[in-house]
Amino acid sequence: MAAAPKTVARTWRGLALGTNPVRRAVYIVGMLPAVSTIYLGLMDELGADPQKTLERTLGLWALRFLIVCLAITPLRRLGGPNLVRYRRAIGLLAFYYAALHLSVYAVLDQGLDLGAIGADIVRRPYITIGMLAFAILVPLAVTSNAPMIRRLGGAAWQRLHRLVYLAAAAAAVHFIMLVKSLPAEPLIYAALVAALLLFRLALRLQTRARPAHRSRVEPAGA
Amino acid sequence: MLIRRPSAIAPSAIAPRAVYLRRREFIAGAAALGLGSALAATIPGRAAGAAPLPAPKSPLSTLDEPLSPLKDITSYNNYYEFGTDKDDPARNAHALTIKPWTVKIDGLVTKPADYDLEDLIRPAQLEERIYRMRCVEGWSMVIPWIGVPLEAVLKRAEPQGSAKYVAFETLVRPAEMPGQRGLFQPLPWPYVEGLRLDEALHPLTILAVGLYGETLANQNGAPVRLVVPWKYGFKGIKSIVRISLTDKQPPTTWNIANPREYGFYSNVNPAVDHPRWSQATERRIGESGLFAKRRPTLLFNGYAEQVASLYAGMDLKANY
Repeated sequence: MAAAPKTVARTWRGLALGTNPVRRAVYIVGMLPAVSTIYLGLMDELGADPQKTLERTLGLWALRFLIVCLAITPLRRLGGPNLVRYRRAIGLLAFYYAALHLSVYAVLDQGLDLGAIGADIVRRPYITIGMLAFAILVPLAVTSNAPMIRRLGGAAWQRLHRLVYLAAAAAAVHFIMLVKSLPAEPLIYAALVAALLLFRLALRLQTRARPAHRSRVEPAGA
Repeated sequence: MLIRRPSAIAPSAIAPRAVYLRRREFIAGAAALGLGSALAATIPGRAAGAAPLPAPKSPLSTLDEPLSPLKDITSYNNYYEFGTDKDDPARNAHALTIKPWTVKIDGLVTKPADYDLEDLIRPAQLEERIYRMRCVEGWSMVIPWIGVPLEAVLKRAEPQGSAKYVAFETLVRPAEMPGQRGLFQPLPWPYVEGLRLDEALHPLTILAVGLYGETLANQNGAPVRLVVPWKYGFKGIKSIVRISLTDKQPPTTWNIANPREYGFYSNVNPAVDHPRWSQATERRIGESGLFAKRRPTLLFNGYAEQVASLYAGMDLKANY
């Protein structure tokens, strides 16, 4: 197909930066925590265990962006502003942070020891779940651009992108499972993810209970 | 990306032994001249409120590894009474009042009493013990403790023949320990720990009152804490207010919180994984910053030669 290279080029452009200036600003501001943490890490300003601090900070921001992503629809439904045009940028930021988080684990922490990483994935449920969350985000990131939406068709694309619910749930569980006791922080993040997922469940139940109103539900979905 | 090697390791990341020793001589000399308090404010990394504490070196020290920097030892702590983040203790522990301090020694002893700390641990008995410390979370440090063998302290109270275990208890003082108040309390208080009597009497087991030539910083467990170098760090109970000799295995806090993950023994063992993570390797704090490599964890944290006989014939997997 002659169009394929063009699609690939556009996919990459879509992954790199948006074209809209506000969206571009979202990307740039969104990457600031990564830039500052990596900079502090290289300057040896991340405390006694800089690897862990870097790893945790990047992972935490991935989860935060996932939560913001999931909050966009409920925000609009509850009468807040419609930020749906920034959802792709925020979703991609979540993916970039997850990729950086995973890279720190694989390269700095494990020294690219594939045997140890493989053993971790198989034997450590919190790593299995974290890897699952990342694995889900890969196809979502790759298809987060107009050519791929066209290619897949709106309905199939939407079905695919509902997997973000699973990724967010997995990320929240991953966070809870790696702490020693149960401090408030991972529980608060998990509660946020749960609330945002329950909101969707409630929407769906409501739609099913009142089929006559179906036409009022936006086709764009959640 | 981050694969690039660092151009140079910051000299501040490692405190060579020679430099540290020179610094101690300097402090000792200054203290002799009555400059101690003036100096305290000017030494970087020095813990607030810490006072010079001279002690001769012990032959039982681990000498072949560089010491972890004082600033890491005093800023990277697990002490949940002051919060669950690593920097919470350094931020919150200054509020703790450690004078006066008494330690109740009771249970199966001939001389149960509330011992004044200054009376219980006399300056003349102090020695410096450099030990590796391995945290159950997979990191480690090398710390120059100052303390006395626990055996010397226990002997004062004259344990009875029926005593088989030693139970320890940390202070409960919510007014000064923010982790002990509020909605989210990560552990039941008081924090309690325990050892078998033979473990407690082992020459490597000490009660520490200082490190790096100074009294303990509050975040490190001031004024008195347990150090058992072949066990995971959480066995080293801090700010001890009570020591009881018993004939039954005493409850221990992490075992109460999660019995599947933390056993009574909690000996460092690379072959027995934590249910959620591997214990085969560890990261040495302060070693080379972002690019520090994991190192293999040693059985009994490298003290097997001295302590393995305590567990002869025991299944270390079952008795984790």
